[in-house]
Amino acid sequence: MTLLPERTEKKLGLVIDLDTCVGCHACVVSCKGWNTENYGAPLSDENAFGANPVGSFLNRIHSYEVSPADKPAHLVHFPKSCLHCENAPCVTVCPTGASYKRVEDGIVLVNESDCIGCGLCAWACPYGAREMDPVEKVMKKCTLCVDRIYNENLPEEDQVPSCVRTCPAGARHFGDLGDPNSDVSILVEERGGTDLMPEQGTLPVNKYLPPRPKNQMDDTDILAPYLEPIADEPDGFFKWLDKTLDGI
Amino acid sequence: MHPAPSVIIFTTLSGLGFGLLAFLCLGYPSAGGIVGFIFFAIGFGLAIGGLLSSTFHLGHPERAIKAFSQWKSSWLSREAWLSLFALTLSGIYALGRIFFDIDLTIIGFLSAFFCIATVFATSMIYAQLKTVPRWNSRITPITFLIFSIAGGALLAGQISMALPLLALSGVIQIVSWISGDKAFAKSGTNLATATRLTSNSNEIRSFESPHTGTNYLLQEFAYKVGRKHGAKLRIIGIILAFGMPIIFLSIPFSHLMALLAVISHIVGIFVIRWLFFAQAEHVVGLYYGKR
Repeated sequence: MTLLPERTEKKLGLVIDLDTCVGCHACVVSCKGWNTENYGAPLSDENAFGANPVGSFLNRIHSYEVSPADKPAHLVHFPKSCLHCENAPCVTVCPTGASYKRVEDGIVLVNESDCIGCGLCAWACPYGAREMDPVEKVMKKCTLCVDRIYNENLPEEDQVPSCVRTCPAGARHFGDLGDPNSDVSILVEERGGTDLMPEQGTLPVNKYLPPRPKNQMDDTDILAPYLEPIADEPDGFFKWLDKTLDGI
Repeated sequence: MHPAPSVIIFTTLSGLGFGLLAFLCLGYPSAGGIVGFIFFAIGFGLAIGGLLSSTFHLGHPERAIKAFSQWKSSWLSREAWLSLFALTLSGIYALGRIFFDIDLTIIGFLSAFFCIATVFATSMIYAQLKTVPRWNSRITPITFLIFSIAGGALLAGQISMALPLLALSGVIQIVSWISGDKAFAKSGTNLATATRLTSNSNEIRSFESPHTGTNYLLQEFAYKVGRKHGAKLRIIGIILAFGMPIIFLSIPFSHLMALLAVISHIVGIFVIRWLFFAQAEHVVGLYYGKR
């Protein structure tokens, strides 16, 4: 049903720590691997070894350069996958009921056998979380590894999304963001987790923890004042040279 | 947005076809027999041809019937139902008109209503998308509706109605371009809100894409080809869709002039619809440092 549920019993989702992410793309690879071999149509690639490879992925890592006026510039690696929005616009536009948001845990899923591949849900998503599979021609998206998190055949430590299990930096956290006492909710509270594009009104469940403030450059070295090498105003020979060159 | 030919053909032809059917079902012109048959054949040909064309961009057209199920929330599903009502009712009206020379007035009114409602539903598929600020405006359904009504009047040979409607369509289109050009900036979505890494979007830029090649999102949403000719194409579109037909219809009537007016109008609407997609920018492009 493409009407959104009034409320969901849980709000399962991810918390992504932009301070810790090192941009290794391991989560991308493990996501592609798990979701190709398990639930749903495999995530295909076209022309994988040719000049213009293209394929479907459920998780992609961007990198952004932030250069604030009063602080040192820094680079932020930015993983992005489905945010399992409470007010998911991708669900309500679906004409067939293939897209739905689960009442029990809030996961947004696609029933691939009902998907006509019209692409409208991908149009409605501001985050680029949905991609049409180039071979299967059905819409693919993050399932929050619904086939891992409830899978009692797996060891307990593996009952988390593949990306979370794989991340070597511990930058990805999984839990119930509807429970204010859950580890992830506390983390979001402590670190000031944010919503992406809040003005779009999607109410994303996934949260992003901003990078911690970096040290200021002028605090870094106590010897710096003694190493002041160049005078603002040249003197002596250089003063003469400066004036002469200006005069020419 | 990627201007897929199937969707451009669909919105252009169906809009015209449903506009024509609306006029025919209201009795403009109230021709029966062979003339009525030809008019209705053109109307159904355009409307159904357009709808069939829209199925070509589906990944799984064989499941298209499922699109009738979610009318409670989805404009695409509502469009499916409304077009079914419109085609069925105007089919009944056409049978009465052509073969029995009777005027089923109430069915005619209902057909016209559903024809226009179908065009409205089509326009709302685009207008509902907050992700495409240029479309996310009341002016989107207004342009779709006025184009359909003006084109319908033109095809139905209602010259006295077509002339002011074509002129009005041109004006509304120009207004929609002026407001649409500002829509993205006005929406308030930028790379700063997209990443929340800073409050000033001038302090952040995309350093590296997630991959060296392209992907579905870039192909579908970050279409840029031809945008540089946007200004020229707008002028060409306005002249072909509205200017030339007004001139052709203003000189003494002949079937040749009417045909030229119709052809010019259809080509012009194709150009304008192409721009509607090609110039629309999806917010996801921001993540890739593109618009």
